[in-house]
Amino acid sequence: MAKEYRTIRNDVALPYQWALGRTWTRFFDGLKEERILGTKCDRCGKVYVPARSFCPVCFTDLMEWVDVKPRGRLVSWTVVNTSYHGQVKEPPYIVALIRLDGADCDFHHFIDGFNITDAGERKRKLRAGAKVKAVWSPSKNADIRDIAWFAPV
Amino acid sequence: MQRVAITHVAQSSGAESRESLMDFTYRVNREVLDKAGLQREDVGCIIAGSADIFHSGLSCANAFDWDGIGAFLKEGSRAEESAFSFIYGCMRILSGRYDTVLVTALVKGSENPDNDPITSFYGDPFYLRPTGINESVVAAMQMRQYMERYSVTEEQCAQVAVKNLGNALFNPCADRKRRVSIEDVMSSERIYDPLKALECAPKSDGVVAVLLASEKRAKKLTKKPVWLAGYGCSMDHFHPGDRDLLKGRLPEAAKRAYGMAGIAYPRKELDVAEVCEPYAFQELLWCEQLGFCGEGKGGKWIDSGASRMDGVLPVNPSGGVLATNPYPARGLYRIAEAALQIKGEAGEHQVGKTVRKALAHSTHGFGGQCQSVVILSA
Repeated sequence: MAKEYRTIRNDVALPYQWALGRTWTRFFDGLKEERILGTKCDRCGKVYVPARSFCPVCFTDLMEWVDVKPRGRLVSWTVVNTSYHGQVKEPPYIVALIRLDGADCDFHHFIDGFNITDAGERKRKLRAGAKVKAVWSPSKNADIRDIAWFAPV
Repeated sequence: MQRVAITHVAQSSGAESRESLMDFTYRVNREVLDKAGLQREDVGCIIAGSADIFHSGLSCANAFDWDGIGAFLKEGSRAEESAFSFIYGCMRILSGRYDTVLVTALVKGSENPDNDPITSFYGDPFYLRPTGINESVVAAMQMRQYMERYSVTEEQCAQVAVKNLGNALFNPCADRKRRVSIEDVMSSERIYDPLKALECAPKSDGVVAVLLASEKRAKKLTKKPVWLAGYGCSMDHFHPGDRDLLKGRLPEAAKRAYGMAGIAYPRKELDVAEVCEPYAFQELLWCEQLGFCGEGKGGKWIDSGASRMDGVLPVNPSGGVLATNPYPARGLYRIAEAALQIKGEAGEHQVGKTVRKALAHSTHGFGGQCQSVVILSA
């Protein structure tokens, strides 16, 4: 945006290459097979999804893998109506916290699969505790977007 | 034990500045030294508060910020959360090694990208970033849970913006100041429904400098030292999904700060509070967690008028972060404002009663992941 005073624009793009590590590699490979994998803590019993290699509370290794159901209940959500640089999706879209069946923490993903721009529809479909299920992307890349979104059941 | 005082503060306006970052930084630091009658070489140590890469487009701000703060040839450090910078500065005094420390936080929000793209980078690139998580998204989900769990209304949340933007009219350093009605807030764009545009903090410029001194030195430097009475900090899990967003770490941070300050009844014993509320409803949630009202009673608390400028415990007489949001500097702004209230030097937004104890709060991370509470006393 032009200013009334002298400025210099400088765009910075730098490549970073993050290692997924063994646990998240397995989690994302699972998505490709339409499985949502978690890990269970044998100390506190908590099931984490996405899978973690250690329990952040007990600070111990998580060894037991569990299949978490590709469905769950809506915890909270927001309708994003604003645009910003580098945004991952064209607004409007809905970002939600979802408690997957069998998990002990909330999962982040999108809600879609109905006319989300219709406020009446949103009111009918979205409430805390509403059932939602994963809708898988037809083409998969072993990443979080292998789940296209969660749709109200 | 050694006591630590704030002797002087200086702050820039939060409005867009046409100065370069280094000049902008220098101006406020020169001012605080002038107020104290000191030269650069008289200051023992310097602690900065800045977030280099995303908030300045610079790597290693320690290098760049140093000249503007007058830190050349001095020992010092830097934190990205300026409430941490403050406490690191206090610890330098407590160590007995220094009798003066300058703590400065700085940013030019007008020069860098919007907050939402920047806070997207809090998230990891595998899971949180690709699912569209940023600070506002998490705050909006937190707000929906807050309203639902405790039957707090959207209008009660909107009242925080009405109060704080109104208070900002009396603060010459505030960035956004407007007389707005609940209807204005309610009808502003629902950018992250249920969060509305007027309920989200702007993006501001800001440099704030706080001069700290040991007890002995402070008494020579000023007639009105403001003492550090308590401090507490607590950090929650990284993943918002691993937490209950309404049961964060602020009660623990407050407990530690109150314990150190010997405060048993915060609502009665505190005279004023400067709370970090980048989203309107968060002021209500934080006030509950700071013990100003009961759990779930934030809506009734704002309705009661207790947190207004003339209330029993004014919250954000400066206008808070909703009015001025120099992101990494906002915590130190809260501390500086609390100190000014105790000194009786807050000008037109000085609260009506004598201020002996003040609270300053800072938070950063998704949904208040990290919480810091500072108690200052006369």
